[in-house]
Amino acid sequence: MYEQYHELATKVRAHCCRMVHLGKSGHIGSMLSAADIMAVLYSGVLNVDPQQPRKEDRDRFILSKGHAGAVVYATLAEKGFFPREWLDTYYQDDGKLMGHISHYVPGVEFSTGSLGHGLPVAVGMALDARHRGRTHRVFCMLSDGDMNEGSTWEAIMFAGQHHLDSLVCILDYNRIQALGFSKDILDLGDVSSRVAPFGWACRTVDGHDYGQLEEAFAQLPYERNMPTMIVANTIKGKGVSFFENMVHSHYWHVTKEELQKAYEELGVEA
Amino acid sequence: MRKIFNETLLKIAEKDERIHMVLADIGYGEIEGFARRFPDRYYNCGVMEQNMTGVACGIAMEGNIAITYSIANFPTLRCLEQIRNDVCYHNANVKIVIIGGGVSYGPLGISHHSTEDIAILRALPNLLVVAPCDPQEAEAATYAMIEHDGPVYYRCGYKGEKDIHHRPFHFELGKAITVEDGDDCTIIFAGPIGLEAQKAVEAVCEQGIHCRLISMHTIKPIDKDAILRAARETGRIITVEEHNLSGGLGSAVAEVLADEGCLNIRFKRMALPDVNVHEVGSQQWLRELYHLGAADIAEEIRKICK
Repeated sequence: MYEQYHELATKVRAHCCRMVHLGKSGHIGSMLSAADIMAVLYSGVLNVDPQQPRKEDRDRFILSKGHAGAVVYATLAEKGFFPREWLDTYYQDDGKLMGHISHYVPGVEFSTGSLGHGLPVAVGMALDARHRGRTHRVFCMLSDGDMNEGSTWEAIMFAGQHHLDSLVCILDYNRIQALGFSKDILDLGDVSSRVAPFGWACRTVDGHDYGQLEEAFAQLPYERNMPTMIVANTIKGKGVSFFENMVHSHYWHVTKEELQKAYEELGVEA
Repeated sequence: MRKIFNETLLKIAEKDERIHMVLADIGYGEIEGFARRFPDRYYNCGVMEQNMTGVACGIAMEGNIAITYSIANFPTLRCLEQIRNDVCYHNANVKIVIIGGGVSYGPLGISHHSTEDIAILRALPNLLVVAPCDPQEAEAATYAMIEHDGPVYYRCGYKGEKDIHHRPFHFELGKAITVEDGDDCTIIFAGPIGLEAQKAVEAVCEQGIHCRLISMHTIKPIDKDAILRAARETGRIITVEEHNLSGGLGSAVAEVLADEGCLNIRFKRMALPDVNVHEVGSQQWLRELYHLGAADIAEEIRKICK
């Protein structure tokens, strides 16, 4: 029933593993945890058009966890925003795709990389949409690390105050950040109970359950005049057993042997 | 100056509906006009400068002009990374306005002094750095800033600044204005401290030293031609700024001179020393304490012209 999502997410995961391997880069765990959410978002939830990536009525999507940019690049390539061949230039000299997400890439709304930047900008875009009476929505994906940043909480307070119901936050809540498990660094615990008092409508879903994700996106907004926070419980490194829930998947790159094993686990051919 | 800025912005906003003000709970007694006239284009974020700048950037990314506005370092250093990554990298049409450049807020203390801003902000690609010197320049610079498509840092004074310009002038971003002409020495200033320089120039004039007085209202991009012409025609340059010695107007002028191989002139930077200003006093008192008063400048002119 959700085969299309699984198929896209699997391709995206395979692309990410290969890109990180070729680039000898990091953040594979952060990419894999978001792949299922991306697959659902870009399979009919977001109003976007690869032929007109800047069309006025598009839904805006900002990846605040910019270090996982490859998961967006891979999704956009699969959706036809740019040639798949670009993916192998990720992190390379004179490449098309830089490590942290860049708006120079077709289909990318905004560049990020330092955490805590995405949500305030998304809030500004949502304010403008309301000001102009436009009906598009503004999505912003956050990470555990993003939730450490004061600027994210500034934006959470402000968006609630202004009743921005076209704003949709998705927290890719894999509970691992750069140096360890989030609960040992800054325990966010039940995020919804912390965000909701600022005037947000919150829902918790399994970020790898296509049915739950599809339903969560289909029912937006949950409350009129309230921004939405979807807390997606995810597993860092999801889909590749030796990266799953591993702190080192934040920095470790993918070796040649690991790439082959990852392909096998994902059921894709090299 | 802040009054003329706010009045001018209000006038422009009447005709240009792209203009939005995004504040961080600062502007009492000045911004109410805009807030009342354009409530749907006015946002007080509360005391959160990072969010203010990000929100302004998001608004600007949608084809608007967003003004952030606060005191001294609040809308600059507090949210520097938002200015760099969000505003400048995306070339978003955000105008960052500070009230109280230099030590305008003298006795309030170092938290309210903006004395490293020019050095820091002129290092950011895409960002213009503008420091009008008097109410007339403040008005002209506001129009020019809005006309410019891209981010601008606007370093405003505080209140009660006197006119430096007494003749009509043409204002263009990146083009210095010659306030007085002369060929013995050139004084290049930026901002309201120019009044001290002007008094000094008048004082030495009585002693037969004729100075060229230049308002370098745009520090980035700096007017290279005006600097090189001054070097060539007067052979002596003194820069005057209410800013740390490191990296400000004087440094910018020196860079031009060095880059162009113009090293055979006499040159002096007058600025605040590289210290944290902890003394308590008014703007004028602090200027004089740090040897930036008219008498100090006149003395430097006399020395360099010996």
